[in-house]
Amino acid sequence: MGALQSLHGRPEYLDLAEKTGFSFEQIRVLHERFKQLSHNEETLRRSHFNEIPDLACNPIRAQIIEAFFDRRNYHQNGEGTVEEIGFEEFLVVMSHFRPPSLHMTEEQRENVRREKLRFVFNMHDTDNDGTITLEEYRHVVEELLSRSGALEKETAKSIADAAMLEVASISMGHMEPDEFYEGITFEHFLKLLDGFEIESRMNIRFLNMDTSTLCK
Amino acid sequence: CALHRGAPSCGSSARLTAPTCVLLLLLFAFVSVASASRDDAPGGNNETGRAPPEDSHHHHQQTNSSTHHKKAFPVLSFNYEHVRQPFEISLWILLALLMKLGFHIIPRVSNVVPESCLLIVVGLLIGGIIKAIGEKAPMLDSKLFFLYLLPPIILDAGYFLPIRPFTENMGTILVFAVVGTLWNTFFVGGMMYAVCQIEGAQLGGVDLLSCLLFGSIISAVDPVAVLAVFEEIHINELLHILVFGESLLNDAVTVVLYHLFEEFSHADTVTVGDALLGVVCFFVVSLGGIMVGAIYGLLGAFTSRFTSHTRVIEPLFVFLYSYMAYLSAEVFHLSGIMSLIACGVMMRPYVEANISHKSYTTVKYFMKMWSSVSETLIFIFLGVSTVAGPHAWNWTFVIFTVILCLVSRVLGVIGLTYVINKFRIVKLTKKDQFIVAYGGLRGAIAFSLGFLLTNSQLKNMFLTAIITVIFFTVFVQGMTIRPLVELLAVKKKKESKRSINEEIHTQFLDHLLTGIEDICGHYGHHHWKDKLNRFNKAYVKRWLIAGERSTEPQLISFYNKMEMKQAMMLVESGSAAKLPAIVSSMQNIQPRGPARPRAIPSISKSREQEIRKILRANLQKTRQRLRSYSRHDLLIDPFEDGLSEVRFRRQRVEMERRMSHYLTVPANRQEIPSVRKVCFEPEHQVYTYDTDGESLRGRRASHSHPSASDAAGLVNESTRRPDQSGAAEPRPKAPDDQEDQDQLTLSRCLSDPGPNKDEEGGGSFLS
Repeated sequence: MGALQSLHGRPEYLDLAEKTGFSFEQIRVLHERFKQLSHNEETLRRSHFNEIPDLACNPIRAQIIEAFFDRRNYHQNGEGTVEEIGFEEFLVVMSHFRPPSLHMTEEQRENVRREKLRFVFNMHDTDNDGTITLEEYRHVVEELLSRSGALEKETAKSIADAAMLEVASISMGHMEPDEFYEGITFEHFLKLLDGFEIESRMNIRFLNMDTSTLCK
Repeated sequence: CALHRGAPSCGSSARLTAPTCVLLLLLFAFVSVASASRDDAPGGNNETGRAPPEDSHHHHQQTNSSTHHKKAFPVLSFNYEHVRQPFEISLWILLALLMKLGFHIIPRVSNVVPESCLLIVVGLLIGGIIKAIGEKAPMLDSKLFFLYLLPPIILDAGYFLPIRPFTENMGTILVFAVVGTLWNTFFVGGMMYAVCQIEGAQLGGVDLLSCLLFGSIISAVDPVAVLAVFEEIHINELLHILVFGESLLNDAVTVVLYHLFEEFSHADTVTVGDALLGVVCFFVVSLGGIMVGAIYGLLGAFTSRFTSHTRVIEPLFVFLYSYMAYLSAEVFHLSGIMSLIACGVMMRPYVEANISHKSYTTVKYFMKMWSSVSETLIFIFLGVSTVAGPHAWNWTFVIFTVILCLVSRVLGVIGLTYVINKFRIVKLTKKDQFIVAYGGLRGAIAFSLGFLLTNSQLKNMFLTAIITVIFFTVFVQGMTIRPLVELLAVKKKKESKRSINEEIHTQFLDHLLTGIEDICGHYGHHHWKDKLNRFNKAYVKRWLIAGERSTEPQLISFYNKMEMKQAMMLVESGSAAKLPAIVSSMQNIQPRGPARPRAIPSISKSREQEIRKILRANLQKTRQRLRSYSRHDLLIDPFEDGLSEVRFRRQRVEMERRMSHYLTVPANRQEIPSVRKVCFEPEHQVYTYDTDGESLRGRRASHSHPSASDAAGLVNESTRRPDQSGAAEPRPKAPDDQEDQDQLTLSRCLSDPGPNKDEEGGGSFLS
């Protein structure tokens, strides 16, 4: 069963490989992991994610888990959340973290960038309205600081406010005192993180995954 | 005559450089006269016990021989020997710096030619002048170089090493440094041996080991030269860190290979056992060096925890611990450079959290200053030594050396990149490879190592070849790399400064990737980095950082630093009238409540924020009457430079007038903590406000945080400020009543001269 060319899962792997761009080997490894996480059931639920011990110390755990259940990450026009996901959805979410291939045109690179930034945007925009409001951004910063001892809510607010001010000045330029900045739209978000090189940073090396080192 | 020969100037700026040249020549003449009887470099081995100076001896004789003559009391006497050594050293350093100054005054030349080239040319000229005068020029003594000139440069590089790109590319850098240098050594050494076998070259006396020794000296990329050239071309961070990191880390390999071949060339046979010992030696040298550096770094960090009462000597601790790390590593023949880098890297985060802002600036400036001086001196001496040293020019040897160095570098980079790209996410393109190969400059380390060789007959030939390669790389490659970078359109360094959004997202991405790795079950890069961070936070920071800064998360310290910088900029700009144009203001981003008619115009929130910051600063200024001038007890006032009392008072009055116009300043609690953080670092105990700040923080921490209910908050606010007619827009409130009270009273004092004067805010400036 170890051979890549086994007939067992091949047709469905082919389909997934095409959809997500993973190789057969990667899909197989991820499938192993999926089965391990879901205790050999067909679908994963949030409770399964909560069982991962290392994830418990992650300050943005909730948002990461939510990202898996968010339909917007499955395809372009999805909306809302689901309660449980199958392997395909798991793989689609994971595919956001694939490294870009070496030979890419500028346009392809730009697309990869937009896709990754869209993922992060969706993580911030929890109410699905297409903009990141001040409240949501404050929440992001609070979560980031939540594991660091004394929760200084004031500081989190100041930081989020300063960040928001920055976005506003970058995107809107000079604003009259009466104007109100609704929130960060996706376009503003793109502009904001223009120099961030997310396409090279938001990657996991899937190539060296070895199932024997999987944590429980 | 000599004046014109010595002047490296273009016609129009002759007037500027002529006085410099005259000065130069005078200084120079003095130095050469002074060095008349000396054989070695100033700063080399000079005898400490001095013979009694000539004139007093003469006087003795005089008084002894003729007792009848009463010697007149010498009003003016000349005693140069007494100060000879420090005088000469200072003169050389002064000379070097004047040269550096001169280059920057002539703009055209410094744009085309990198500074290192100009300095070498100056060295050549000086060497030429000395030789023309007939004196023996000082050589670049290896002891001087390795013990005094090299450490400041390496410390500067290590302390300010950008950690994130360095660790992200660590694998690549190590491969280039270790494997690349090994390849270069063996390729050059082997091929040179083959060349030496050629009949007509008269190189028969050079055996394989000597060639390999030569290869090991010449193959190492030199950090000094790389820094000097790359500083000026501003290429992107990745390439910079690759070449620079390689030049730093290859020191271990160079040290091991050099000592290995040096030993072997004295021994008769070389066995496999010896080679294996060599490999073991490599690990010992590099890991040992790093460990020594890390130990000193931790000691330095630990010491800095207790320096809150003696701020003046803080910078010295940084320098001394680092230098000791270097020297200790050199004692055991470990890699001094790696030790120095490890010390700087280890020490920096903790020391920076502990020392005051002024100390930090001092450390930064002193390091830059020393490394700049060292670099200048190194290049000048290189030029001088070229003219001075005994040369044995052998066309074949030299030409082949240069060609082989280039070829081996190119082949090495291409081959290694092919392998490395299989493991990298961001692959290295052909352009990157070219720059990495082209940036492999050799420099003074190669020269000094060559100088240390003991075999005198080959030494001269080797030195000549080494100098030729150095000149070739520095001049040809150094000068052409800038136009090539432009031509190939290599990505340049991003000029934008770090924004808070990028910082937030960097952290966010780190956690996100760690989380995904955990979900995949993949113990990768991010997983271990996260573990290290948590270990650092839980244990190490507690020990090494004083006070409560130890629990401060990185995002907050970044934010504080930014605020501090902004506020200092504002205060230093002197006048509140010149507030920077804040493009958007707080009210633009606040959710809009029910629109209320504003009877009174209000200033924008951010302007208000800035004004508050300045007022706070002024407040502290007035309280700070006490100023001690004793070195032991220096009261540090971050805003004291150049600001006079009178000007501040005037500003204050102006501000008060302005503030009194604006009655509606809704309490915006977000600003208060930042104001607090701006002016007061916990270590500045002299500020009385600080204790209040501490107590504010303390009080806040002691209260639990009930869930905020906006309605209750709103009610609170409106009952407390019945006179406020302006828009009291609903804002999420901090649930803590105590802090509400404090901050409201503060803001109220600033905004309207109400009845309840808080003791800090009210009396002194709204009088």
